[in-house]
Amino acid sequence: MATATEKWNIEDIRRDFPLLQNTDYAYLDNAATSQKPVQVLDAVRDFYEKKNANPFRGLYPLSEEATEAYEDARKTVKDFIHAASTEEIIFTRNASESLNLVAYSLGSILFQPGDEVVVSIAEHHSNMLPWRQAAERAGAKVVYLECADDGTFTEEMLCSVLTERTRLVAITQVSNVFGRENDIHRFAEVCHERGIVIVADGAQSVPHMAVDVQKLDVDFLAFSGHKMLAPDGIGVLYAKKKWLKKMPPFLSGGEMIESVTRDKVIYAELPHKFEAGTVNAGGAVGLAEAIRYMQRLGFDWIEEREQALTAFAYERMKEIPSVHIIGSENPADHHGILTFTVDGVHPHDVSEILSASKIAVRAGHHCAQPLMQQLKVGSTTRASLMFYNTEEEILRFTEALGQVRRVMGYGE
Amino acid sequence: MENRTFYNEILIDHNQHPGHKHELEGANLVLEGVNPSCGDDIFLHLKVEDGKIVDGSFVGDGCAISQASADMMLDLVIGKSTEEAKRLAGIFKRMIHGEISEEELDELEEAGALQDIAHMPARVKCAMLGWRTMNEMLEE
Repeated sequence: MATATEKWNIEDIRRDFPLLQNTDYAYLDNAATSQKPVQVLDAVRDFYEKKNANPFRGLYPLSEEATEAYEDARKTVKDFIHAASTEEIIFTRNASESLNLVAYSLGSILFQPGDEVVVSIAEHHSNMLPWRQAAERAGAKVVYLECADDGTFTEEMLCSVLTERTRLVAITQVSNVFGRENDIHRFAEVCHERGIVIVADGAQSVPHMAVDVQKLDVDFLAFSGHKMLAPDGIGVLYAKKKWLKKMPPFLSGGEMIESVTRDKVIYAELPHKFEAGTVNAGGAVGLAEAIRYMQRLGFDWIEEREQALTAFAYERMKEIPSVHIIGSENPADHHGILTFTVDGVHPHDVSEILSASKIAVRAGHHCAQPLMQQLKVGSTTRASLMFYNTEEEILRFTEALGQVRRVMGYGE
Repeated sequence: MENRTFYNEILIDHNQHPGHKHELEGANLVLEGVNPSCGDDIFLHLKVEDGKIVDGSFVGDGCAISQASADMMLDLVIGKSTEEAKRLAGIFKRMIHGEISEEELDELEEAGALQDIAHMPARVKCAMLGWRTMNEMLEE
């Protein structure tokens, strides 16, 4: 790779991604999952070829090396999101598991009958259903925070649903449907002034922008590795230590205890108390390498490039009269996510027709059914970009998109 | 752009101009069929007298395949006995899984236009929605 001050050559970057070389897809489904660079694949392979043993268990050097690799990865994640300590970084399988962990564990000590949990209507099901279940278990109730039609949530809108019974607010940093960024920093201030906990879903933000959990001052932030160049099955829960110390374990089992007798158990120190069972060390190593890869590119460059690609795609899509983009009319608000409908053509047919031209997009409800109901669209199609996409791929997409109605017999 | 999809004329015509997409007065069997993952959602109406399907219709939303398939199915089964309709549903299901003879394919008439769905696993449930819903109604 070149030095950070130079503009990266996109062809050099694309050569790092074997899938982009091995297939002729225009891969525009990055909000679902990202492709993996060879550096990440090699790091995982190297771990299994040279360091694999069960971390924490074995009293022999190989196991210690595995432990070290795993804990180094935790340190990399901690530095990446600017957490105060590695004790605040819990490795999970993905953002869904992270959010289930908080909802189950924190919910069990925080929610009392009659309490209110505010959940934004734009949440992915993974930041909605765990809260509904936790509220139900406690006899608390979920209150929805509605958004404007363009996906905006304002401070005033948030304040209008907070009451003295509100215990927690669950909201995404970047919506997987609108691509819109919420002002989590300001929302956290609003919540904390009232003693309310704030949980942010970072699944669509952490892969695309510099995130500093201490500046945001969120109590919890969840994200998945697979959406940010890392392998499947590794995710992160960031949590302020003051909460983790109070929270009971989510999963119980191996290596999350200090000692167990027939009727007593002392749990392990943080963060191990929340990591029951053999951990995904290979995945953690892959995630750390993915973070290093993105840090080498630099988030300034990543954000600038993704912004330019988004604006390019937005303008081309706007030229097609039958295509309607959901959300803001300012491309800068979309963060690589362009969700749309095509007049008279069902999203699954749109996606199928695009797939005949080797263009991968997502069609459906994007795991946000209540939002789709509010927007009065049954389902939609979504193109989502990553820095490794090109203008040429976007043109392939918009050209095929312009033909969709003709393929469906509309004669235009 | 070359049309390399399986959206052939028959399918497109049934999607754009469905002959049976309307409410049905006097229907004595009504059932909702849903594909939760894609949002295909239809209500199938049948009017069955003395073991024979004398009329049928559907309403709802969904992709072209789900809508056209339900319409083609109704073309085929209206006027036939419920036993015959169930037999045809069995043939259709086997067609979708790529396991039928030329003679059987002929029996499906226009519904045979969906034969290529056998190569599109993700769309099988769309093609099956109407047939699956009808089978459930007739089994009860």
